[in-house]
Amino acid sequence: MKSPQNMKPWLLSGPAFVLFLVLLLIPLVMTFMLSFNSFSFYGGIEDVYTFGNYIEVLGDSYFYEIFLRTFLIALITTVFCVLLGVPEAYILLRMRPLARSIMLLVVLGPLLISVVVRTLGWAILLGNNGVINELLQSLGLITSPVKMLYTSGGIVAALVHVMIPFMIIAVWAALQRRDPSAEQAAESLGASPVKVFTRIVLPQAMPGILSGSLIVFSLSASAFATPAILGGRRVKVVSTTVYDEFLNTLNWPLGAAIAVLLLASVLVIMLSWNRLIEKRYTGVFE
Amino acid sequence: MSFLEIKALTKRFSETTAVEDFSLTVERGEFVSLLGPSGCGKTTTLQMIAGFEQPTSGSIILHGRNLAKIPARKRGLGIVFQTYALFPHMTVEQNVAFGLEMRGIPEPDRRQKVAAALDLVKLSHLAKRLPKAMSGGQRQRVALARALVIEPELLLLDEPLSNLDAKLREEMQLELRRIQQEAGVTTLLVTHDQSEAMALSDRIAVMQSGRLMQLGTPFDTYETPKSTFISNFLGKTNCLNARLVSTTGTASTLVINGIEVSGPSVNLLPGDVMASLRPERIDIVESSDGHTEAKVLERIFLGDQWLFRLETKLGELLVVRRNRGRREAEPGENVFIVWQPEHLQILPASRESA
Repeated sequence: MKSPQNMKPWLLSGPAFVLFLVLLLIPLVMTFMLSFNSFSFYGGIEDVYTFGNYIEVLGDSYFYEIFLRTFLIALITTVFCVLLGVPEAYILLRMRPLARSIMLLVVLGPLLISVVVRTLGWAILLGNNGVINELLQSLGLITSPVKMLYTSGGIVAALVHVMIPFMIIAVWAALQRRDPSAEQAAESLGASPVKVFTRIVLPQAMPGILSGSLIVFSLSASAFATPAILGGRRVKVVSTTVYDEFLNTLNWPLGAAIAVLLLASVLVIMLSWNRLIEKRYTGVFE
Repeated sequence: MSFLEIKALTKRFSETTAVEDFSLTVERGEFVSLLGPSGCGKTTTLQMIAGFEQPTSGSIILHGRNLAKIPARKRGLGIVFQTYALFPHMTVEQNVAFGLEMRGIPEPDRRQKVAAALDLVKLSHLAKRLPKAMSGGQRQRVALARALVIEPELLLLDEPLSNLDAKLREEMQLELRRIQQEAGVTTLLVTHDQSEAMALSDRIAVMQSGRLMQLGTPFDTYETPKSTFISNFLGKTNCLNARLVSTTGTASTLVINGIEVSGPSVNLLPGDVMASLRPERIDIVESSDGHTEAKVLERIFLGDQWLFRLETKLGELLVVRRNRGRREAEPGENVFIVWQPEHLQILPASRESA
């Protein structure tokens, strides 16, 4: 029998646990079960257990293409977030307090606007008759509009815009723990500003880059609204495919199988990425 | 011409003046401390020498080279920071090798110099460790090796021992002095710890409110402070308001609290002065024999010595006595005190700002 003292942590974490159970674990398990059921146009969902859906997905190059496109979009988004976010976080940290809090608000701004509204904004910018094409045409730089809407490139641009705050915050948190005099020490030892950044700051930002890229990659790989609006019907990614299977084809089991495969592959990619970085930069991880 | 010459160095921030008209010369191989309370401008001075702050005016000349236009990374100074500032993602060896690498020293040479530097600070056995797996004292020595390996013309130490506990600090003081003398490097130490400054330096520069107040050997500064501030800052002292009645070539006469006391000859005009008497210069005796009467108010045992607070006709006095393993006067007891007239330091009357 446990004493009341020992029960306290359980009682206190109880509500959160129930919430997780009801809203996350149960739907996940049910999706997992659903993915083994079969589906026919006339009989609907049949309560049998087969690997049929997985065999269908894994045997069809159409799905491979969608998965590959999804991960490429997520990867390129992550790379851009690292390239833009890391220097930005470093610059932010070195600003004066007032300028810093204003700039931080600018950086976090995108998170305050609904993803749909923001994405529609991008659609206005990127369309064939959109702001960018109109401007380039009126400047005489191009004769016919450059196709940007309904391309993977357009999706990446909008995703980077949404995801970059996560990268900046993660890198910011990692860099805040550093000792700023280490940079002065490196300088006094003869390191140029570039060397100070690449040899001293960057390695110390690594834990932040790791956690930031994990967040950005997984959110980009499973993003729905942005690819749905900017990709249209032509540029399909995994999440929009799942949506179509559930709501257009009504083939829930196949949709569930694709969703499970997405979850599993994102997990595998994240875990191996984590391993790789932690091995390479042992010193900075506590 | 001196090795390091600092001339009329001044640093003003938007509202405050951190350093004002600071001049100092340091000879090659010398160990000089900048000593002062926090906010006295000593760290700003160090930062200007290092090249991390730009002076408002004045010049710094090292070995005939004016440092004004030279960026920090080209000054070639060895700096040990208060926080050690080790690179957390590099091993001890890599930390020490960093400066050599930046100078483009080839691998075999580099390895040899790193080994020699680690040997100097006695850390050869920990070369492959990461800083986080080391104690404070060890990190301190890595920082020292990293600064020394580039064979700097000048070694700057910014409160290097303040993060160590008392016992380790004493050990490191001896160690630091040994390493400095073995390396033969000209050294400037910034500290607020008077015992550290006295133990390590050839000369001490006492700073207050951005100005250099006194410069001299530790012994001279301790024995003949120029003001009550310095007298108080360098160890304990009893400061008494006094009036200088007369002074001749050999002795002087003062009145403290209505009592006539004799002191050493002094170069001051008769009038209000401060008399300072170090607690360890006062002796407690049992026979009256013309000595000053005193009553023990408090007594503290410090192991190697006793600290007394006495009430006398001159005012309250602190007295330190070496523990000789004998019974000492207890609180409430009446005793007599005596001191040599020449141990009384006569200083100009202190003004709050001085």
